[in-house]
Amino acid sequence: MSFLELNRVGKRFGEHVAVEDMSLSVAKGEFISLLGPSGCGKTTTLQMIAGFMDPTAGSICLNGRDLTSVKPAKRGLGIVFQSYALFPHMTAAENIAFGLEMRGVPRAERDVRVREALAMVGLDGYADRYPRRMSGGQQQRVALARALVIKPDVLLLDEPLSNLDAKLREDMQIELRQIQRNIGTTTVLVTHDQTEAMALSDRIVVMSKGRIEQIGTPHETYERPASPFVSHFLGKTNEFQGEVIRRAGEALLVAGSCQWPAPVGPSGPVTITVRPEKVGFDSGSGNGVKARITNRIFQGNHWLFQCETECGPAIVVRQNTGEAQPAEGENVCLVWRAEDMGIRSVGGAS
Amino acid sequence: MSTSASVTAAQESAVPAPGKQERSGARAPWPLLLPALILFVAVVIVPLAMTVLLSFHNWGQYTGIEFVITLKNWHEIWSDPYFYEMFARTFRIAGLATLIAALFGAPEAYILNRMRAPWKGFFLLIILGPLLISVVARTLGWALLFGGNSGLVNKALMAVGVIDGPIPFMFTEAGVVIALAHVMMPFMVLSVWAALQRVDPQIENAALSLGAGQMTIMRRIILPQIMPGVLSGGIIVFALSASAFATPSIIGGRRLKVAATLAYDEFLNTLNWPLGAAVAVLLLVALVLIIVGSNAIIERRYSEVFR
Repeated sequence: MSFLELNRVGKRFGEHVAVEDMSLSVAKGEFISLLGPSGCGKTTTLQMIAGFMDPTAGSICLNGRDLTSVKPAKRGLGIVFQSYALFPHMTAAENIAFGLEMRGVPRAERDVRVREALAMVGLDGYADRYPRRMSGGQQQRVALARALVIKPDVLLLDEPLSNLDAKLREDMQIELRQIQRNIGTTTVLVTHDQTEAMALSDRIVVMSKGRIEQIGTPHETYERPASPFVSHFLGKTNEFQGEVIRRAGEALLVAGSCQWPAPVGPSGPVTITVRPEKVGFDSGSGNGVKARITNRIFQGNHWLFQCETECGPAIVVRQNTGEAQPAEGENVCLVWRAEDMGIRSVGGAS
Repeated sequence: MSTSASVTAAQESAVPAPGKQERSGARAPWPLLLPALILFVAVVIVPLAMTVLLSFHNWGQYTGIEFVITLKNWHEIWSDPYFYEMFARTFRIAGLATLIAALFGAPEAYILNRMRAPWKGFFLLIILGPLLISVVARTLGWALLFGGNSGLVNKALMAVGVIDGPIPFMFTEAGVVIALAHVMMPFMVLSVWAALQRVDPQIENAALSLGAGQMTIMRRIILPQIMPGVLSGGIIVFALSASAFATPSIIGGRRLKVAATLAYDEFLNTLNWPLGAAVAVLLLVALVLIIVGSNAIIERRYSEVFR
């Protein structure tokens, strides 16, 4: 049974549609991400779940209870804001204790729970620090502890890691996931960072222009994107123009000088999509797209090649395994497995 | 160093050209301070020193100012209860005006800050508008509103039934306090406004999500954060109110003397410049002490929280 349920939720600001007809059910203990570019409606959705905005259509239910008319103060949700929104005039411990105080938790129990919360986020000994005297990562941890100490039904994270530098962000991702697994709080994360969404969530909701494009596990959304938007937003994708020719007895997919047996489905002009890391080089005469390497960029653990192929530009990513790699200007053949290739008719869905 | 050379140096340091940073940093263009320094010394330091010196001179009905050093004026202020009463009144009026300005100005700034785009600018202009009008004109406006028993304020209050007979506003402390609080309000609003700009716009939502009600948010979250703004606004309003001249002299009249109007009378009516100078110097010293003292307290109280 779903724990948090969005039922055909919509939000309009005058003429502008921010979120339209959004349905989503989140299971208890699940970590779900709303992923999309800015202006896709993900933050609006979060604000509606939190109760800071009222939906103009549809309903939101939590554990069978309709939240739509419940005031934000009574929803019992924990929220971590992008700016952390810590109370600057209170110490870390006072910040964390605030929610408990509002719930009338007696002082003795409050102290114990604040101490536990601080320990959980690895900030023991920082109880009496003021937020301004803490680093961004520490402030973030206080914000997380403050949201979790009230034992919320749902934890809402609004781009919580976007203000941290890259290294710290990675560490916090792992830690955030660990904490969420340990305490099992249902979590909704809003982010525009696809790696963050993939690293953290059980399921990803990819949004665009106020609508859901795809819901699925990180692996599903990456490997089987439901739309061109998803395939471009999650990672990089090469696109080649090709054609499916169906004749009596055989069907061929042709791109440039190579051809594959065509799968059942579209015919006529098609777009072939392949992830850059699925493409390999073949110097032999195999069934590959002919290309010339225009640019070779070394990125530590992998190489990035920009190629000019007979079917248009392409990028190729190769693990740095220590093997010799083709040089700039070299002529190569790009090959990939047939099952790593996506096909959709030109101007249509896959 | 010639003036043109120093100007060039200043321009270079203002927009540091690559590679020239060390040079302009090493030779700070101190001579550029000269014009401002000369002006400051000429129109602030020298007159101030002369006023202090003047307060030690003697004055006689028939002799005028005698250039001797005496403590006569200071002794007179010290021993005459009239001056006690006058200074007490000055600071009482300033204190009450500050209190009223804070009580009305802080919520005003908060509401203003939450307004939407077109109204925000419009109402900000309305609040700051009085600053564009001369203090005398604004105070005369209050004189019209208060004006005797048939003043608009009294008429309105009687029409609503709050009071039975007219309250005297003109030539009373209450009138001066009300008019001063209004005249000084923009300074308080601006100061609180500036403090509100530093408050995280999500912070109320954060408190809300933790279960706090509106009143709790005001008292526990917003007020502590804008308190430095209220206090610094209070210092400005207090200093300006205590040294205000136009409002107390128009609303307060000739009998309800405050330090500024008394000094003025001593200078221009009694012609006892030394005594007037002593009153002015005393007001200045008292204000400086109060401002520096409260500033130190505020900074110590809030240093931990705000930077």
